[in-house]
Amino acid sequence: MKLFPLHLIPADTRIDFMRWRLVTVSFMALLALAAIATIAVKGFNYALDFTGGTSVELVFEKPADIDAVRERLEAAGYPGAQVQTMGTGADLMIRLQPKDGGSDAESINRTADEVLAAASTPDNKATIKGRSYVGPQVGRDLARNGIYAVVFVLLGFLLYIAMRFQRKFAIAAILTTLGDVIIVAGWFSFAWREFDLTMLAGLLTVMGFSINDTIVVFDRVRENFRSMRAGPVEILNVSINQTLSRTIITSVAAFLSALAIYVYGGGSLEGMSEAMMIGIVIGTASSILVACPLLTIGPLKVSKQDLMPKARDEEALARRP
Amino acid sequence: MLEFPRWKYLVILLVVVLSTLYALPNLYQKDPSVQITKNRPAVVVDEALSQRVRSLLKEAGIEPKSVELQDGQLLVRLADAQTQTRAADVLRPALGEDYTTALNLVPTTPGWLEKIGARPMSLGLDLQGGVHFTMQVDRNAALEKRIESYADAIRQSLREGRVGYTAVNRRPDHSIEVVLTRNANPDDARRAIVTAVTGITGAGGAVGAAPVIDGDGSRLTVRLPESELARIAVDAIEQNRNVISNRINAIGVAEPVLQRQGEDRLVIQLPGLQDTAEAKRLIGAAATLEFRAVTGDELQAAAALADGNIPADSRIYYDDYGRPLLLSKRLLASGEDLVNAVPTVDPQTGLPAVSVTLSSAAGKRMFDHTVENIGNRLGIVYVERIPTVTIVDGKEVHSSRTTERVISSATIRGAFGKDFQTTGLSREEANSLAKQLKAGALAAPMDFVEEGVVGPSLGAENVARGVKAVQFAFLFTLLFFVIYYRMFGLITCAALLLNLLMVVALMSVFGATMTLPGFAGLALSIGMSVDANVLINERIREELRTGLPPRAAIATGYDKASGTIFDSNMTALLAGIALYAFGTGPLRGFAVTMVIGILTSVFTAVTVSRGIATLIYGGKRKLKSIAI
Repeated sequence: MKLFPLHLIPADTRIDFMRWRLVTVSFMALLALAAIATIAVKGFNYALDFTGGTSVELVFEKPADIDAVRERLEAAGYPGAQVQTMGTGADLMIRLQPKDGGSDAESINRTADEVLAAASTPDNKATIKGRSYVGPQVGRDLARNGIYAVVFVLLGFLLYIAMRFQRKFAIAAILTTLGDVIIVAGWFSFAWREFDLTMLAGLLTVMGFSINDTIVVFDRVRENFRSMRAGPVEILNVSINQTLSRTIITSVAAFLSALAIYVYGGGSLEGMSEAMMIGIVIGTASSILVACPLLTIGPLKVSKQDLMPKARDEEALARRP
Repeated sequence: MLEFPRWKYLVILLVVVLSTLYALPNLYQKDPSVQITKNRPAVVVDEALSQRVRSLLKEAGIEPKSVELQDGQLLVRLADAQTQTRAADVLRPALGEDYTTALNLVPTTPGWLEKIGARPMSLGLDLQGGVHFTMQVDRNAALEKRIESYADAIRQSLREGRVGYTAVNRRPDHSIEVVLTRNANPDDARRAIVTAVTGITGAGGAVGAAPVIDGDGSRLTVRLPESELARIAVDAIEQNRNVISNRINAIGVAEPVLQRQGEDRLVIQLPGLQDTAEAKRLIGAAATLEFRAVTGDELQAAAALADGNIPADSRIYYDDYGRPLLLSKRLLASGEDLVNAVPTVDPQTGLPAVSVTLSSAAGKRMFDHTVENIGNRLGIVYVERIPTVTIVDGKEVHSSRTTERVISSATIRGAFGKDFQTTGLSREEANSLAKQLKAGALAAPMDFVEEGVVGPSLGAENVARGVKAVQFAFLFTLLFFVIYYRMFGLITCAALLLNLLMVVALMSVFGATMTLPGFAGLALSIGMSVDANVLINERIREELRTGLPPRAAIATGYDKASGTIFDSNMTALLAGIALYAFGTGPLRGFAVTMVIGILTSVFTAVTVSRGIATLIYGGKRKLKSIAI
């Protein structure tokens, strides 16, 4: 066998994805349902961006014991303070609600000072590296804008694909993407990762990536529907196989970039890059295992007629003198 | 078949050269500097000041990298951030109130680059360090304040029209209730109300919209149209923004950012500062206006100053140019009484003017004064009280310093009450005076709803992390592609590199702000934009398998892939735009880099990589195989 061209995926795979379509679609649907259930039961670990409150970032001389810091904060009158490491063990992010709910400069400064005093110990002193305060109203607005953004993106995708392809393709693509986002969000609820603004950006990027993967497959489906003489299931299967290599390679490349952000980008980008990495894996799987199979189920079943560029020909005819 | 027109090579070459040139300034380090500008028109920034600054720094044992005089400002470049802070602490008290001393990061871009408009990207607060706030305007309070002045005008108008009333009250739903006496004529009352409400000039000199008057008999409800209420709210926020903007400029930060966010919020970013409490005190400084009679002109004031014989009822004030003026100690009206001030055009002469509206009570005092003082001058003084904190014996001592300057001293041409115009100004002067008048008072109370500090070390750390993430994203992709696609992997990476260069150049030219999520966007756009090349390369492989000769395979691969590339990039673009539209602050940086990255990647992946492929595999010699 020749070494080059190198292949991650054999050049002419003939995997019968469509044979298992009911299994794969049900599996992803179950996964999405489980994600919804997790979110419904556990909710999200919303960050300061959404809940409002005060956060203080501390740097210790040497790695600090998180549990001990949490206990000392509780003793200082801040129960439920969230303490987490940022990158190294000596770099801590502490989130809490101010005692008196005051928003003036003095009370925020006081809170930060009290946190510093409580967290420091004589043999491991801490210094304040950054701090922020977010009012409850701002948090609510950000959350609302986040939901708007997701809805806007979904509607935009729906319209665009319906225009460029066909309504059934649009619905199948949106269902696939929505499923991906729900599963990724479910993971963050399950793993109790902090849900902040950059995480939301990560989710939106996942949507863009997942729809991108799906569109490339659909594009091939359309091409094959017009040029091949075969049943829809056969055509879908061939299309998935033809694009399989591309789908996997693109995903590997995007995954590597997200990995670089995860490893080198520091604590504040961790959530975002984690969302992307999981989203890339799920998005790739769903564009192979869910998007096309959906086109054979119930009202979304496509036929050759759906994709024949009929309308355009008539228009062209009408324009002739 | 595999052809590439020469003009396209020229375009690519041009893009490469331009991108390199405009991305270049980002490589130069920025110098921490102290920037000194004059605070009053009367003082000058000159060589003498430069000498003074040098000797002051020498005394403190600080060695500046350079002290430059340019565009009316003095720039002291220093070695590092710590010396910068020390230098500012030395210079600020020594130079006093006449100069503003601000911390700044000054690019070291060479002059020839600056000449062609190349400049480095501006860094977001998360990369530079500094403080940021979000302030919320109390919209309701703004409306109440303005509606109260409408009620005031209605009362006066009813009195003048001799319409008996028992009450004129503002109600919580922003309407005004008017209760007339039994024998008053409701029609007269309606007329008086309409005159009063439309008489109050709105922003831009527009006459107030006609009110809706409901009710029968002696009980009338006056309602302002919804559009008018909305305008008042927008006006109030704009006015507050002007006030805050004035105060920020007084703080001494080189590149403050002040943005409206949403309907009623203001975002303030002050790079270089670390103490939020101090910044908040300055922003919260109180400013007001004082209307006083002029009791002696510039010459008399100068004479009075010279012989120390200042009249008992007067005080010396100075205008923007440091000229003295004698003003009466009696206060005619203050900032509290100002309802509105808008630049307008004098209907009689067609010249620029400022139309001022005072409250009824102040209008009455003004009338009494002006009736007797036609031909004399009326002075308007801008008073600012800036709280300061000094450390005395290790204790914080709170005090405040007051600055007063005369912003207008026009001659009274005739008796007037609450509405009058100041004429004899240029258009610019009229705009500036109206702004300053309005800056005298916040239109509505504001609250701090969000604030944060990014330490300078955190900022530097974030830059290092961001750069590292981008480098490794590129390295990972390069390795993977060169192994997988060999020659075409190299071509892809060359296209990628140009893509990165273009994104950086475009962001620099547009003055976009780089943030930490922006770096993530850049790193991610590497991983995402290779998609186009993967589509092309896979297509070429496919065509080769069907038995096409290499050159034809390359050409067909590029042609067939382009439709798919367009569709998949459009959707990614949608996501980026949504993120920009609904995101705030650093997130927008992420969205901007993503969107620019996607747009440029279509060019580099489709056009540039094809150009390179043609360069390598084109030509006449026989081609047996290609490395893909």
